Amino acid sequence: MTQVMKPDEIERALRRVAHEILERNKGATETLLVGIHTRGAPLAERLSRVIDDFEHVKVPVGTLDIGLYRDDLDRRPTTELGATALPDDPTGKIIVLVDDVLYTGRTIRAALDALADLGRPRAVQLAVLVDRGHRQLPIRPDFVGKNLPTSSSERVTVRLQETDGEEGIWIEEKA
Amino acid sequence: MKHFLNTDDMTREDLESLLDLSEEFVEVLDRTIPKVPALRGKTVAMLFFEPSTRTRLSFERAAKALSADTMSFSPSTSSLSKGESLKDTALTIKAMGADALVVRHKSTGAQWRIADWTGLPVLNAGDGAHQHPTQALLDALTIRQHFGTLDGLRIAIVGDIRHSRVARSDISTFSALGAEVTLVAPSTLLPVDLEGWPVKVAGSIDDVLDVDVIYLLRIQAERGGASVFPSLPEYVSRFGMTRERFGRLQENAIVMHPGPMNRGVEIAPEVADHPRARILEQVSNGVAVRMAVLFRLLGGEVHDD
Amino acid sequence: MIETLFANGKIVTPDGVIDGDVLVEDGLITDIGANLKTSGEIVDCAGSLIGPGLVDIHVHFREPGQEWKEDIGSGSAAAAAGGFTAVVAMPNTEPAIDAGHLARFVSDRGREEGLVEVVSAGAVTMGREGTKLAHLDELWAAGVRIFSDDGDSVADAGLLRRAMEYLAEIGGVVAQHPEDRGLTRGGHMHEGTVSSRLGMAGLPALAEETVVARDLALVRLTGVRYHVQHVSTSGTLELVSRAKDEGLPVTAEVTPHHLMLDHREVQRMNPDVKMYPPLRQPADIEAIRKGLVEGTIDVVATDHAPHAAHEKDVPFEDAPRGIIGLETAAAVVNTAVGLQPVEFFQRMSVGPARIGGLDDQGRWLEPGGRAHLVVFDPSSPWTPETFASRAENSPFVGRPLQGRVVATMYDGRLTFRDGKVQR
Repeated sequence: MTQVMKPDEIERALRRVAHEILERNKGATETLLVGIHTRGAPLAERLSRVIDDFEHVKVPVGTLDIGLYRDDLDRRPTTELGATALPDDPTGKIIVLVDDVLYTGRTIRAALDALADLGRPRAVQLAVLVDRGHRQLPIRPDFVGKNLPTSSSERVTVRLQETDGEEGIWIEEKA
Repeated sequence: MKHFLNTDDMTREDLESLLDLSEEFVEVLDRTIPKVPALRGKTVAMLFFEPSTRTRLSFERAAKALSADTMSFSPSTSSLSKGESLKDTALTIKAMGADALVVRHKSTGAQWRIADWTGLPVLNAGDGAHQHPTQALLDALTIRQHFGTLDGLRIAIVGDIRHSRVARSDISTFSALGAEVTLVAPSTLLPVDLEGWPVKVAGSIDDVLDVDVIYLLRIQAERGGASVFPSLPEYVSRFGMTRERFGRLQENAIVMHPGPMNRGVEIAPEVADHPRARILEQVSNGVAVRMAVLFRLLGGEVHDD
Repeated sequence: MIETLFANGKIVTPDGVIDGDVLVEDGLITDIGANLKTSGEIVDCAGSLIGPGLVDIHVHFREPGQEWKEDIGSGSAAAAAGGFTAVVAMPNTEPAIDAGHLARFVSDRGREEGLVEVVSAGAVTMGREGTKLAHLDELWAAGVRIFSDDGDSVADAGLLRRAMEYLAEIGGVVAQHPEDRGLTRGGHMHEGTVSSRLGMAGLPALAEETVVARDLALVRLTGVRYHVQHVSTSGTLELVSRAKDEGLPVTAEVTPHHLMLDHREVQRMNPDVKMYPPLRQPADIEAIRKGLVEGTIDVVATDHAPHAAHEKDVPFEDAPRGIIGLETAAAVVNTAVGLQPVEFFQRMSVGPARIGGLDDQGRWLEPGGRAHLVVFDPSSPWTPETFASRAENSPFVGRPLQGRVVATMYDGRLTFRDGKVQR
């Protein structure tokens, strides 16, 4: 198992992403950060804090569980659900979806479906900590913490203080 | 979870995780578009061998809110009246492509038999006087929403407990979740042998007016006089939730009823319509709870027949 | 001359078990001893008991009238496979056996099948309807010795009294299925902790006990030989025990299933454990086992009650009562109670033959006796899977038991051997 990002590198990547979000959305006043369950949620919280530090703007944070929207329920059991809670009606807002790893794009497809059922945002953008490639759908991220070329025989593991009690990103061959 | 048949063997963790999941569906049902695609392509068959409106409609609403297709069966128009056996009926419906069966039957354990015969996931929507597990979950959810927890609450279940599948499911559910349950009924309406039941017994509703939850069961009018109590007025005088008794309840106490109610018998009309009667909340929660159970059974778990 | 030699077995006698051989020639036992020789067939009995053929005074063969469940042919095959050489068929057929020609029909059909002696019990009341007496004298003349409305009690005490008075005179046995229908109405299983949890109406123990208590008063009055069918509660056992102490002419039977299974079985929701009387509480089982060992309960009787698969393939409450028992009886009794060999044959052969008035049956093996015998290996493990009976409504399918019938001989002919009924 090789570590590809250490805690301070994750921190720096998030600060850069936060700057990009601010720049792209001109101060982020009409923006909601929505973390995808499980690890997107703390990342969205961190981005909101960083933005507050820079600009003293409080960007509201929500969470989204895409379990009910997945297209592979038959293969991967999801009989537990995390919370879905948006701080505000998304209609007319800019939604920044936040997730840890972007891979096939299927999670984001499900998240877009879920969002569509919750309202009609003005725009949806995507921020990810790691983009590891191998897309199976026409989806691309707007903000990327780190581009990490991988082979599909490898596994990328993200661990965060909030959810896992330790922090870092690792890459390994699948068993 | 392969089937959802009874609450007796469910642990506190099982129950709490189902209630937590149900809360997510309360949120879904509260949306502008209260529907999610989770069970798209699945077919849920409703086999109600006993007349039922509310439970069948609630299950149908739950299945549809998860984007499942539903098939419905009612005994009066079916081949059962032509002498087809229950087993053949169940196998026929399986052959039509049902992915899960929601079953109500007057005979205890019919759902266990159907599960054996078909190998399909079976949800018990009420068997005999035995179990009605989704009712217990929706009741627990309703109580939890009001009090935050069932732990340490005192709950009185009043009425025809002997013939009540709701009571049997509620008792094990409430007590597994930490509540203290008292049964209130004439002895002819109590189960014959309560050994091993996690309950206390009281002989009149007046003895339990200090509880947190009063749960009233439907009294079937035909039982009055016939065999188990002398007359309805006599029942009301000992066990009815009258306006006067409602006034003596604790300020935060709630009144529940599984429906359909007999206004003026087990519950006074003014009590039924009071905000602290949670009867309509129970009904709403029923849809969320049934979504949770359907999602647990069909949401991607691989079933081997 | 047809010879059969049962070699190297443990021969059960009233004085104990002896190692040796039994020689049968032309239907008679001709020699018992060591190292006997034959030019005929040899049955290897190593490790097995050789005793008198088993006798069951309580079976339902469903003929005439319900042959889709069982008939006298398939029932006889089940009996042979279970080690039995004689059975008493209950009269709750369609029509009920309430007249002489009907009883003769049953025993004639048994002879025609030739696998086991089949004798009919006679109904106490016409059509088992409980309103007027059956043709008791006619039945007696047709060879009937046991009279019962089995499936129902004779509820009317006045009518029962007349039947008892009449049968006391001619010598018949009144066998009562003790069940007060007022107390069992709507019930499907033992009334107790399990029925309360399952929400099923129960059959209380006292529905059996009140009938036996009343009947014993009538026995005291009439002096009739009275037999309690399928004792299932410790209370009934107590009543029988006191009646015997008092010197009343009372006998009692227990079924194999009531010796092994209790009411918790019903929690599986499978009608393969639905019967009357129902499976009772563990404490009842303990008392009844003790009663059988001590002899308060005289005999084991199976209450073999076949039903077609489709009739039992329904929810528990909708299923008919009754389970089959002939083929598993010896193994279940052996597994559940572990009687000494002499007591085992006393309760399952000698005792029942005496109650049923089957003079030729249930005789300890001795030279000159009719060759009705069974070879039973009490230490062989066995898990029942299939049956010679037409029915398969048995709770013992797939349940590991101890003991297996090796061979059965009825009237000098091997009727069961190598796991197969020999027609």
